[in-house]
Amino acid sequence: MNTEPTMQLPGQWSTFGVGYDWLFYFIYWLSVVLFVAVVGAALYFVVKYRRRPGVKSEPTGHYLLLEIGWTVSPLILLVMLFHWGFAGYVSLTAPPPDALDIRVRARKWSWDFEYPNGGHSQDELHVPVGRPVRLILSSEDVIHAMYIPGFRVKRDAVPGSYSTLWFEATHVGRTRYFCAEYCGAAEQPVHEADGTDRYTGHFSMNGWVNIHPVDGPAAESVSGENTWRSGWASYLENVLRAPIDPATGHEVTPAQWGELLYARNQCNTCHSVNGSAMTGPTWQHMFGQNVDLADGTHVLVDENYVRESILQPAVKVVRGFNPVMPSYQGSLTDRQLDALIAYIRTLR
Amino acid sequence: MATEVAVAPGHHEDEPDHMANYLIAARGVKSWLVTLDHKRIGVMYLASVILAFFMGGMFALLVRLELLTPGRTIMGAATYNRVFTLHGAVMVFLFIIPSIPAAMGNFILPLMLGAKDVAFPRLNLLSFYIYVVGALFSLFSIISGAVDTGWTFYTPYSTTSSSSVVSMTLGVFILGFSSILTGLNFLVTIHKMRAPGLHWRRLPLFVWGMYATSVMQVLATPVLAITLALLAMEKVLGLGIFDASLGGDPVLFQHFFWFYSHPAVYIMIVPGMAIVSELFATFSRRAIVGYFAVAMSSLGLALLGFLVWGHHMFTSGQSEFSTMLFSALTMLVAIPSGVKVFNWTLTLYKGSIWLTTPMLYALSFLVLFTIGGLTGLFLGTLSTDIHLHDTYFVVAHFHYVMMGGTVMGFLGGLLYWWPKITGKMYDESLAKVSWFFVFVGFNAVFIVQFIMGSRGMPRRYYDYVPEFRPYHQFSTVGSWILAVGFFILAYVLVKSLRSGAKAPPNPWGSAGFEWNTATPPIMQNFAVTPTITRGPYDYHEATEEELWDGFPEDFKKSEP
Repeated sequence: MNTEPTMQLPGQWSTFGVGYDWLFYFIYWLSVVLFVAVVGAALYFVVKYRRRPGVKSEPTGHYLLLEIGWTVSPLILLVMLFHWGFAGYVSLTAPPPDALDIRVRARKWSWDFEYPNGGHSQDELHVPVGRPVRLILSSEDVIHAMYIPGFRVKRDAVPGSYSTLWFEATHVGRTRYFCAEYCGAAEQPVHEADGTDRYTGHFSMNGWVNIHPVDGPAAESVSGENTWRSGWASYLENVLRAPIDPATGHEVTPAQWGELLYARNQCNTCHSVNGSAMTGPTWQHMFGQNVDLADGTHVLVDENYVRESILQPAVKVVRGFNPVMPSYQGSLTDRQLDALIAYIRTLR
Repeated sequence: MATEVAVAPGHHEDEPDHMANYLIAARGVKSWLVTLDHKRIGVMYLASVILAFFMGGMFALLVRLELLTPGRTIMGAATYNRVFTLHGAVMVFLFIIPSIPAAMGNFILPLMLGAKDVAFPRLNLLSFYIYVVGALFSLFSIISGAVDTGWTFYTPYSTTSSSSVVSMTLGVFILGFSSILTGLNFLVTIHKMRAPGLHWRRLPLFVWGMYATSVMQVLATPVLAITLALLAMEKVLGLGIFDASLGGDPVLFQHFFWFYSHPAVYIMIVPGMAIVSELFATFSRRAIVGYFAVAMSSLGLALLGFLVWGHHMFTSGQSEFSTMLFSALTMLVAIPSGVKVFNWTLTLYKGSIWLTTPMLYALSFLVLFTIGGLTGLFLGTLSTDIHLHDTYFVVAHFHYVMMGGTVMGFLGGLLYWWPKITGKMYDESLAKVSWFFVFVGFNAVFIVQFIMGSRGMPRRYYDYVPEFRPYHQFSTVGSWILAVGFFILAYVLVKSLRSGAKAPPNPWGSAGFEWNTATPPIMQNFAVTPTITRGPYDYHEATEEELWDGFPEDFKKSEP
């Protein structure tokens, strides 16, 4: 594996690189062969059968076998390509269960990354090397898309729901990410002190993915372009610090905040966390399970289902319970919803 | 039968001469504006779409010029977003969708069918005026602040944008009706107005292509109309359909939009293929190999076109199951496309090939569409698409199909039928020079965009990271070569109109039915309804002289 770009593809920074590039170059060479065959034959015929006085064209005959041949034989190739593409896609959509979750919020025109300890970074993503990372994407305004060419991954961030992508970085260093879904631009540039104009928009929603070694120098000893050199644990602890709860002076992770919200919003009057059924289903061992619904279908309890159930509780009611929960639309912020989801995740 | 139906054209005029050349049969501006003659309506469409192409081309040159350097070159980011949106919207809705069907289809289709006009001449004129009104709304949007949403109008960006989205979508909404009416008119014309003896197995491949296109126009365009109406309602009335904060679903818009706009891709490419089939036959003096397969592949594309819209949304968060299904169906598109390319290539074999400029454009179509089609494999294959989605790779891919395909077909057809339409010849050697610039320039613009895209350059970017600079500069220089080609072509056409030699009745020695009429055609196309006794590609049934002067049995049969 190589982090240097090839003629057509960026360097390989993730575990997807090798398989992806193999398939890409396979299709490329397949295309080259087909192109040369078709265009070569056409050009050869154009020269060989150019119009000459007194030479007539030969009447067109019937080539039934040939017709059937070139209608059916591409199917074999197409099935192969579909299969490889689908297999690759399945691995892209199925993160390992121990993946590190990073919550990503997109807005015009910046990215906010929230780490499991509750710490944040703006426009620079920090991940450890050699560990699966899952990004949980959402948008606060229009559709954006997280695109990391070096990892060969891309996913839209859609307002009103969560989407995910995952990767496992294979090298320490840094590689670029971009916004890939058009999201406009500021009408006017910002006039900088040095007299230049700085434009912001879709095209400026990009930055670096910093891939940290597991062990490395302390975060304080590196800065700027070399930030990625510091050890992951040290960077997480010292730079991506968890926020401090002013009331207690302790660090609060999103899950801990969710636990506070669970009590403060009286979720606990209907939902237990110890497995006992109350007015509503218990939260214990709920996340990541398939549950049966009152209408006879079933649903996977994931981020999107929990969010929907808090905002529109009557839509998908778990079997055996009554649709009595009020909607929390407007009374919980997106951040509070995220915190509750983070808390529920810890109970699985 | 056809005689009675179609005498209508121009009847209320002060007695135009029905046996005269259609260009001079009636005089004055009014005789054009209220004409019911499909040929004149075709010419008015042709002038309109060429104007739109010029406008869209200017926007394209501005986009490329801005990208010559990173950061600001000639315009700000907000202006750039408007310019690339207008390039896309004008090219798609005002040029490429009406280009071949409404302009050339209108002119040529009834001639090929041996009919005096389309089935509904008044509806035909109405559809032209609907096109004009739709175009005016779009132009109004341009001068009243323009649109910055991209031609795809994705929500919730479009519903929250402060640019004049409503007048643009209204314009596109109106344009859609023009498209629907033209499609309907052609369907009825092909079914009901074929000359005696012209059964389905003898239909020219151009007509088959128009038939498939019309089916798509009639079935798909209403969905676009509904989608844009919903968009306008959400924007004006605050109805929550696509906006998540109003309880809507942003991805729903993409489903609706591509349910039309993917068939629209085939509305754009199938007519190009239809023209190219005619060109290959005429300039190889040979029937297209696998006539029936080529005809059916147009219908196959029309059908598949309705089933693959989800491949525009592989990264949008539709379910994994739909993603899998759409990828599999998308793969199938390669079959009818391949059938066409293989059959055209084999048509050249043992032909008698005349490399006129129209034939050069047909061969360009073959080369460029093959590249466009093969690069589609990268995008239909799921895992490779994820990386390439929304990058310049996609931009290059669809320009190879739309411009390398449809526009090459359009230009080939334009020059091929130019003598039929205008009665004048054009300067063949200068036209070849312009072809050379167009071909080289086009490839220079877009071949590097594949590399840029696969190396990770996202599309619709005003600014870019420094490593992409050489590619962008190469592409921009290519756009200037391309522009030179088009200006030479414009000169060739204007020169032909002003001082071109009079065209002979059948300048290409074609067996196509449209050459059985006078050149240019008389007002009612045929003095007597022709009886068709042969296929449109029966080159083997005529001697060399007869190809130029007309098949003997055609003349025998058309005498009263």
